[in-house]
Amino acid sequence: MMDLATFPSLMPFLPELTLAVGALVLLMIGAFGGERTTSLVTTLSVILVLVAALVLIFGAEDGVTFNGAFVLDPFARFMKLLALIGSGFAIIMSTSYTKQEKIARFEYPVLILLATLGMMLMISANDLIALYLGLELQSLALYVVAASNRDSVKSTEAGLKYFVLGALSSGMLLYGISLIYGFTGHTQFQGVATALAAGPVSVGVVFGLVFVIAGLAFKVSAVPFHMWTPDVYEGAPTSVTAFFAAAPKAAAMALLVRVLVGPLGPAVADWQQVITFIAIASMILGAFAAIGQRNIKRLMAYSSIGHMGFALVGLAAGNESGVQGVLIYMAVYVAMTLGAFAVILFMRRQGQMVEDTSDLAGMSRTHPVVAFIFAMILFSLAGIPPLAGFFAKFYVFLAAIEAQLYVLSVIGVLSSVVGAYYYLRLVKIMYFDEPAEAFEPMPGELRVVLGLSGLFVILFVFLAGPLGTAASVAAKTFF
Amino acid sequence: MTDWPILSTVTFLPTVGALLLLLIRGDDAAARRNVYWISLWTTIVTFLVSILIWIDFDNSSAAFQFVERADWLGGKISYSMGVDGISMLFVILTTFLMPFCIVASKYSVKVRFKEYMLAFLVLETLMIGVFCATDLVLFYVFFEGGLIPMFLIIGVWGGQRRVYAAFKFFLYTLLGSVLMLLAIMAMYWQAGTTDIPTLLEYQFPASMQTWLWIAFFASFAVKMPMWPVHTWLPDAHVEAPTAGSVILAGVLLKMGGYGFLRFSLPMFPIASADFAPLIYTLSVVAIIYTSLVALVQTDMKKLIAYSSVAHMGYVTMGIFTMNAQGVEGAIFQMLSHGIVSGALFLCVGVIYDRMHTREIAAYGGLVNRMPFYATAFLVFTMANVGLPGTSGFVGEFLVLVGIFKVNTWVAAFAASGVILSASYGLWLYRKVIMGALDKASLKSMFDLSRREIAILVPLVVLTIFFGVYPMPVFNVTGQAVDNLITNYQAALSAAGKLALAAQ
Repeated sequence: MMDLATFPSLMPFLPELTLAVGALVLLMIGAFGGERTTSLVTTLSVILVLVAALVLIFGAEDGVTFNGAFVLDPFARFMKLLALIGSGFAIIMSTSYTKQEKIARFEYPVLILLATLGMMLMISANDLIALYLGLELQSLALYVVAASNRDSVKSTEAGLKYFVLGALSSGMLLYGISLIYGFTGHTQFQGVATALAAGPVSVGVVFGLVFVIAGLAFKVSAVPFHMWTPDVYEGAPTSVTAFFAAAPKAAAMALLVRVLVGPLGPAVADWQQVITFIAIASMILGAFAAIGQRNIKRLMAYSSIGHMGFALVGLAAGNESGVQGVLIYMAVYVAMTLGAFAVILFMRRQGQMVEDTSDLAGMSRTHPVVAFIFAMILFSLAGIPPLAGFFAKFYVFLAAIEAQLYVLSVIGVLSSVVGAYYYLRLVKIMYFDEPAEAFEPMPGELRVVLGLSGLFVILFVFLAGPLGTAASVAAKTFF
Repeated sequence: MTDWPILSTVTFLPTVGALLLLLIRGDDAAARRNVYWISLWTTIVTFLVSILIWIDFDNSSAAFQFVERADWLGGKISYSMGVDGISMLFVILTTFLMPFCIVASKYSVKVRFKEYMLAFLVLETLMIGVFCATDLVLFYVFFEGGLIPMFLIIGVWGGQRRVYAAFKFFLYTLLGSVLMLLAIMAMYWQAGTTDIPTLLEYQFPASMQTWLWIAFFASFAVKMPMWPVHTWLPDAHVEAPTAGSVILAGVLLKMGGYGFLRFSLPMFPIASADFAPLIYTLSVVAIIYTSLVALVQTDMKKLIAYSSVAHMGYVTMGIFTMNAQGVEGAIFQMLSHGIVSGALFLCVGVIYDRMHTREIAAYGGLVNRMPFYATAFLVFTMANVGLPGTSGFVGEFLVLVGIFKVNTWVAAFAASGVILSASYGLWLYRKVIMGALDKASLKSMFDLSRREIAILVPLVVLTIFFGVYPMPVFNVTGQAVDNLITNYQAALSAAGKLALAAQ
């Protein structure tokens, strides 16, 4: 019988608890109420995300709990907030789309909530087992969501592809974890760190390290584990793609940072070269492969691969400013991605979604405001000042220069110029080409998301200071 | 008055005007008129306020004046503004040229008039910011931010091959600039700050200077543009609308020269001394080669664009002579070229609006129908050639004097550029203006309208005024240039390289 004194403190776990209980309640409402409760469940799930975010900000206390398996620190807070924002907006953005495509089901928001719960557990993982559990909870929910349009061959194919490759990567991750456990004797992060700091890093640990990185690189869709991304982005329903592109990427990146900088921090010399390679490969592939894409969802897939490469530049630096850079990068990335997908979700003519880049032709005349905000988001994705994307790149490269990774930096900025080309091409289609037929009116929720994203991107000059400070506080967690 | 943030006011006034434009709805004639007057008044007020900077400017000081500072990205990277003798006149040049751009676009821009003015006003803010910023990161933000409106101006309102030109302009410039961004970061970690006045006194290690210099050179050489990375300029000029060409030639090109003066020389003096021969070589090639290329152009704007490259060759050469004549000549040449080339593009715009062609062969004998136009065009052509009595002469002459003290061979080659510029300038004038008016399409040409006279007359007056009495400019730049050269010599002698520089 466990007495109250040894019962783990729940205070750091409060947001997750809220989310878990809430998601189960919503599942019950849906299960007993049937399909007609879909919009109620959707609304409640957005409120639940909001409540979880408020609990995270005001209710939860920093600390380690569950016998050291779970930790809430400033870093976790920052990234969890980001994941919640990404998920919340993804649910909001899906409402009209799922109705129009007749795939509105109450399971959809609930699955997203469960995936979000998984992300939050990943971000707070302080133990290799907890890490794996969180990751799997997130991934299982994502596999199902990807295939949620079950009558569409493409969607089910996307789900299956994601599942098979995801399972493979989970296997690699688990293998890596077992190697690290075998050679250090610990699964808890502190234990691993202490064991590694004690002496030279053994070959077994390096093997484990490489497998862990491979498994996690799959989740952030970094080259050479990116193959699933374009197909899943294209095949999955667009609202799901919007979700995939934002919150799970942020969570997986947080996990990567925590594992490498935390427990594997003493082995920095070993993983730095791996991350450097992955970053370079992702940036270059993201820049060049996107040029030939005509489908805007595939284009965004390659764009996200490239962006993960840029975020990894900060991680490759392996120092405090690098972690700060990654945090800022992911925050900006999530905001830009949500805005971009709000536009993609809006591309609908005569009741049909259109996904070709040429469908944007002349949008600056048919929908001037949307076109303007989208153009700003695209310039921001390309990293042009004074927009948000520039500052994101600025901070990661600043860290890389501090760590004297000059080759990485030069390749990085040059590939950002190549990447600018295809973003500019979209601007060109919207602004320089003759207008095509107008799209259907933009649903209200997409206007809100696009407006917020646009404001964030354009006014980031004023936010850069406070956000930088917040990120720097979060980054101090590890140093 | 002293604690009033005049630089920020001047910088962001155009943005306020742009926000006002957003309030205007509709696309009818009344809305168009409102857009036009709001834009015009915004730029005029901005210009008048910027004149206050010149009035209050202390000529006897070499330090930054009207300094402002506010926290921005954490403690070390701040929002800080200030002008000194080198940058102040570029601010005035920018605000001065903008009203002309607005007026010149009144009828020639047919579609999306509001967006056009919006882009111009935002661009003005970014351009003024470049010259006012005294923080490297802030400078970079303004410097690169200008690409966005200019890309749209060329791409949306440009000519036939506007898409190609817009992409080329954007990607070329971005490619050069990203390397500079990395250099800025390296300087930040080395010196611990991006504050320009502090960095001006900081001594970077000699080995580092070389790399930093190359990175900055990559950016400014493209912007300038120097041979062989000048090829974006003729395309951009030809395709841009008239006002876009004016701004491109008048202000954007000056950012390269300003960058060399503000960063490359004072911050990396040792590298600058080492690389000066490279600059001389590229400049001489630019002067002679692009002048020859200008001789065979069939498109008026292209001809002026190549002549701009040649004139910028004098500027880079003058800057790296590192003596008072050369540097002051270079600054004067930039200001003069800003007025003269801007005016030449306006002149081309005048006949383009009537005939919708820029082919030199399509014109001839315009003097018969357009005597006022012929006069104005003559003044600007002569200033472009560098005739004594026009502002073009002062700058070129001083640069040649400066370079003669450093290297006579370079001076000899550079001086041949003056002859070449006379040949293409006069050839253009003869083809377009002189001769008999025997082309039927030209028989109904009107001379300058009152609006066009209002644009060209102030430019004619200034061109001649500064050609006869250039002292107002030199009074401003004198102290700052002296200070620049003194510091440069001190840095070199500290590094034991003075002997090399004096050769």
